[in-house]
Amino acid sequence: MAEERRQKQCSVVLPSESMKAMAESMGVGQLQEDSCVALSEEVSYRIKEIAQDALKFMHHGKRRKLTTSDIDYPLKLKNVEPLYGFQSQDFIPFRFASGGGRELHFYEEKEVDLSDIISTPLPRVPLDVSLKATKEQQKAESTEPLKAVKPGQEEDGSIQGKGQSGTSAEVKGKEKLRMKPRSTHELSVEQQLYYKEITEACVGSCEAKRAEALQSIATDPGLYQMLPRFSTFISEGVRVNVVQNNLALLIYLMRMMKALMDNPTLYLEKYLHELLPAVVTCIVSKQLCLRPDVDNHWALRDFAARLMAQSCKTFSTTTNNIQSRITKTFTKSWLDDRTQWTTRYGCIAGLSELGPDVIKTLIIPRLTVEGVRIKAVMEGLVVSNIDKIGADHVQSLLLKHCASVIAKIRPAPDVVDQYRTDYGYLGPMLCSHVVKARTQAALQAQTVNRTTLTITQPRPSLSVSQSGGVGSSGGSRTPSIIKVPSSLTLMSTRPATPTQPSPPATKYIVMATSAGAASTQQVITLSSSQSSSPVTSTVTSVSTPLQPLVKLESGGGAGSRPMQKYIVVSLPSSSSSSSSLEHKGGATATSPIAIETTVKSERSESPATHTHSPH
Amino acid sequence: MAAVQDGGSELEGEKEPKPELMNDGSTAPAAAPSSRPEDQQTLLAVLQFLKRNKLIESVDALRREAGLADEPEEAPGSEAAGGAGGAAAGSGELGDAGALLSRVSGGSQSAAAPAPAKGGDDQPDVSVVLSAYSQQGDPSLYQVYYSGLKKFIESVLDCHRAELSQLFYPLFVHMYLELVYNNHESEAKSFFEKFNGDQECYYQDDLRVLSGLTKKEHMKGNETLLDFRTSRFVLRISRDSYQLLKRHLQERQNNQIWNIIQEHLYIDIFDGMPRSKSQIDSMSGSLAGEAKREDNKTKVYYGLLKEPEIEVPLDDEDEEAENEEGKPKKKKPKKDSMGSKSKKQDPNAPQQNRIPLPELKDSDKLDKIMYMKEATKRIRLGPESLPSICFYTFLNAYQGLTAVDFTDDSSLLAGGFADSTVRVWSVTPKKLRKVKSAADLGMIDKESDDVLERIMDEKTASECKILYGHSGPVYGVSFSPDRNYLLSSSEDGTIRLWSLQTFTCLVAYKGHNYPVWDTQFSPYGYYFVSGGHDRVARLWATDHYQPLRMFAGHLADITCTRFHPNSNYVATGSADRTIRLWDVLNGHCVRVLTGHKGPIHSLAFSPNGKYLASGSTDGRVLLWDIGHGLMIGELKGHTDTIYALRFSRDGEILASGSMDNTVRLWDAIRAFDDVETDDFTAATGHVHLPDNSQELLLGTYLSKSTPVIHLHFTRRNLLLSAGAYNSQ
Repeated sequence: MAEERRQKQCSVVLPSESMKAMAESMGVGQLQEDSCVALSEEVSYRIKEIAQDALKFMHHGKRRKLTTSDIDYPLKLKNVEPLYGFQSQDFIPFRFASGGGRELHFYEEKEVDLSDIISTPLPRVPLDVSLKATKEQQKAESTEPLKAVKPGQEEDGSIQGKGQSGTSAEVKGKEKLRMKPRSTHELSVEQQLYYKEITEACVGSCEAKRAEALQSIATDPGLYQMLPRFSTFISEGVRVNVVQNNLALLIYLMRMMKALMDNPTLYLEKYLHELLPAVVTCIVSKQLCLRPDVDNHWALRDFAARLMAQSCKTFSTTTNNIQSRITKTFTKSWLDDRTQWTTRYGCIAGLSELGPDVIKTLIIPRLTVEGVRIKAVMEGLVVSNIDKIGADHVQSLLLKHCASVIAKIRPAPDVVDQYRTDYGYLGPMLCSHVVKARTQAALQAQTVNRTTLTITQPRPSLSVSQSGGVGSSGGSRTPSIIKVPSSLTLMSTRPATPTQPSPPATKYIVMATSAGAASTQQVITLSSSQSSSPVTSTVTSVSTPLQPLVKLESGGGAGSRPMQKYIVVSLPSSSSSSSSLEHKGGATATSPIAIETTVKSERSESPATHTHSPH
Repeated sequence: MAAVQDGGSELEGEKEPKPELMNDGSTAPAAAPSSRPEDQQTLLAVLQFLKRNKLIESVDALRREAGLADEPEEAPGSEAAGGAGGAAAGSGELGDAGALLSRVSGGSQSAAAPAPAKGGDDQPDVSVVLSAYSQQGDPSLYQVYYSGLKKFIESVLDCHRAELSQLFYPLFVHMYLELVYNNHESEAKSFFEKFNGDQECYYQDDLRVLSGLTKKEHMKGNETLLDFRTSRFVLRISRDSYQLLKRHLQERQNNQIWNIIQEHLYIDIFDGMPRSKSQIDSMSGSLAGEAKREDNKTKVYYGLLKEPEIEVPLDDEDEEAENEEGKPKKKKPKKDSMGSKSKKQDPNAPQQNRIPLPELKDSDKLDKIMYMKEATKRIRLGPESLPSICFYTFLNAYQGLTAVDFTDDSSLLAGGFADSTVRVWSVTPKKLRKVKSAADLGMIDKESDDVLERIMDEKTASECKILYGHSGPVYGVSFSPDRNYLLSSSEDGTIRLWSLQTFTCLVAYKGHNYPVWDTQFSPYGYYFVSGGHDRVARLWATDHYQPLRMFAGHLADITCTRFHPNSNYVATGSADRTIRLWDVLNGHCVRVLTGHKGPIHSLAFSPNGKYLASGSTDGRVLLWDIGHGLMIGELKGHTDTIYALRFSRDGEILASGSMDNTVRLWDAIRAFDDVETDDFTAATGHVHLPDNSQELLLGTYLSKSTPVIHLHFTRRNLLLSAGAYNSQ
């Protein structure tokens, strides 16, 4: 094969059409075929000769690449004038084109606009040749002042090492990258003092001081310079205290983390790589306390799991995929048979907090398997106390989270036997929990019989003024998890720009329309400070009462503070339209009495009921 | 051309065994005899020119004068030339210049009578040479002849087959050329295509040249073919195999092939066992077959010269120097032992004054002392203690670095560049300074002790100096041993001598009209050798603008030149894949070393002068015993052209640097020992190489993207290497 190819290469002769084309370009019109053939053979031979000589020059130039000058010198040798002005250090690409049964290789010459060249600034003068010495290898007993490298080691070569003189090609390359200079953020003395006080208070023994410190972290607007230090403080603290099983400190650190997250002026995304591992550790660590049978490390796991869920909600994007990565981590260790009960608990808690969808797809299908495992511990004979406690906690956790979800996805009649077949060991208990959940939901709908809108602004103290006067301000409280009915979560209560020092004045217009009756409108203006006259928009009576209306208006031109208006229109459930209010929860939707809806803004007294009940 | 010059230089050798060079070291007008054959040629050319232009009177006048002058010398001269040219049409009888002229211009008609007439032939040599191809055979039968021979060779016993297979390539080439010459174009093409696949892979480069050549007209200018024709292809075949071949050809009456063998091949018949395939392969590969055995019979004085008599001043000055250092006694016994060693006359060494060498200056003596001192601190290298390697990388050379040299004391480094510049760097903290201008020098107190320091212009101190003067890429640079001069050879055909005191060009030696690929100073200074595209190596002395010797014989470009450590011999490597060793004294070629399969790009003599290492484009290093003219080792490992070879100062390690970005270290002692323990059958010249490259390879050191183009061992055996960083 190779030989055949070689022959072909050797006996290639330029086609006579090329000769014709060249002749035409020189102004010779009609060239006879014989002359063309004779010429092409001659030209081919000469070209080969020149190419062979050119190779010689390439070899002596100690290069691997043939350059245009390598062609010029053989021409010179043969007393032929070289092709002046045809210089290129680079590879000259030949384009290939075929068409009309002819194949053509040509050199693409771009038209160059001279004025462009003239107007562009001169390129940098190429760097001059410089010399650089690199030591490759060194013998131990040498007297030369070189540092030792073991023989056989590869020369780290021309890339590394510093140029002896001049700038090097590599240095030039580095310049192009233009590394951002590393700036150190020095803390002022005050900040250093503050940091010291805060961290000491956070992990100290005085609970009052801690509350104050956490409050400060959660509300102070000027902490972003200290954020890297706080982040490191937390991650390092968790690392150290997990090893020492210091439950109290771990809890303090998690609370600190929570406070950081609650601070609207801080944006933690850049520090998640430090913070999230710490949080996960607090969720799933095998042992978090010295006496696992006595200490309530379960609360820490729950708390951290909630923290994790919150950060997933806030920071998960399609690029960092935090939520899916976290979910995978939890699922993986949960599925492992050797996982201990503590970790198992953490995984389940972490997953459960991520929402009903996660529970539905990941936890409920595994209830049977988990039931078998719990049964083995509960009814087994030789089981350690710790395992029993662990299993017990896992069981109650599963019941707590799954019951509400099952209540929603299963049709009403709850038969114990059916539950047993579906969910195994946990079935009966689950059944009773589900029944309880259903009744509770119904009860709630009846007793509350009004839509409860809970708005928790993370930072500002809210002053809610309402015509009904049912307002309460809870600004002094430590902010807790935002508890907003899911219909409002789209409109994040967080300010859009987290660095903005003061929150925008927010205005909620809640309009409740009763079927057929005149609409009642309530305008709630939530604002911490009166910047400008709040734009109060009054929605006139809706022409078609069955039209649900959810409208977001932003207040116009209120200076530096954009005004947000939330208009929530709630319609009676009798209307056939599937409005956004459906999301407010089964209780409201199914309630037949919700004709007259009042809005009540209140501080959440018992978060648990609000976080769970709407779903 | 080459053939005539070859004859001429031999002639000169016979006539002038002792050139004037011998009598007086400072002046050496030996150029005169060497140019004599050239004169003859020039004369002929002039006569021809005059004749063509019908200037008969001038012709007569010139003939009268030249004829009278040249008559006594012409007969043998023309004989030699004629013999080499292959057209010995009774040239011996021709007496006067006119007859000589007719031999040259009319030679083609008389000798090549059957050949078709060649009109406008102004290259007498070529036509004479080519006319030998004029025999007419049936062109269609060539393929039959060749395949018949092929069949025969394939059918003979294995032991003969390898030997007879050597015939394939030269026969193939000559038959093809005959076909082309006789205008059987299509037959030639089909012949080529049918059989070129049979040839050994190492002939591929030549075959490529051959394949391009399809017309008689092409043959005229093609030097490679001319060489192929003028030099008989040499084959070494055992007597048995030869008889076998002869019988076969006679039986078949295969005259065509027999004629070619008779006319174009030189078969060197030896008695004894036929050689094996590997033995043949190791020696073949050159453009003109193997070296003839008698080519390598001349005695070579490869020993080192006695160290010059600097013992006495050395001791004095050395003691002074040592006193300064404050440890005089420690070193003295060592020095004595060294002195006594060098006093012993090496039986293989040439006469001390065989070649006149420049007298040592005081500064040289000082340098020698420095050398001795450094030598005592030298590290003994070996497989256990490998040298450190320091790599000097040229940055931003834009692939333009073409040559590098270090001074012997490793204080200066010179680089030749494709942009025609030569740059000199100081690699020590000491900066390069120019001497002050003449006006300023006049104001210096010449009696002061530090006059040498005062003449330097402090303002010009810099790390690097650029020397401008060439008009083409600089392919060779070489420092003089005393560090006062620098030589550079360039594409523009000149060799330039630069002063490192003033950093200016002193002389441009013109003689090579084509690119000069390499040049090197003699280890004793004063002489230097150069070789280039014109296939003639020239020996020069710095104070003569004409070459002292011309070494002609290579069939292709001379790619590298090296002086033997005793300065009596010069080795040249060539693109014809041979290495030749030339005697500086008489210009004879004393060794022809064949075995490389590609152009040779590096040569290195071992410090004891006994061995030669050579590296080529095929990535192999071959080791040669100079005394016996034999290949004694093959070092395989590199994957690309080897541009640098160097023995360590004591000859224990051979370092090779290549285009493949590696430096490799080889165990030289073992490589030579292994051979000497063998039964050294120098008489037969049959080499049997041990395949032990891997055992001899002591280390491979890779650079990232920097081809190694120069290597140098410092006086303390630190290995310096240099190359240009290749960013692509």
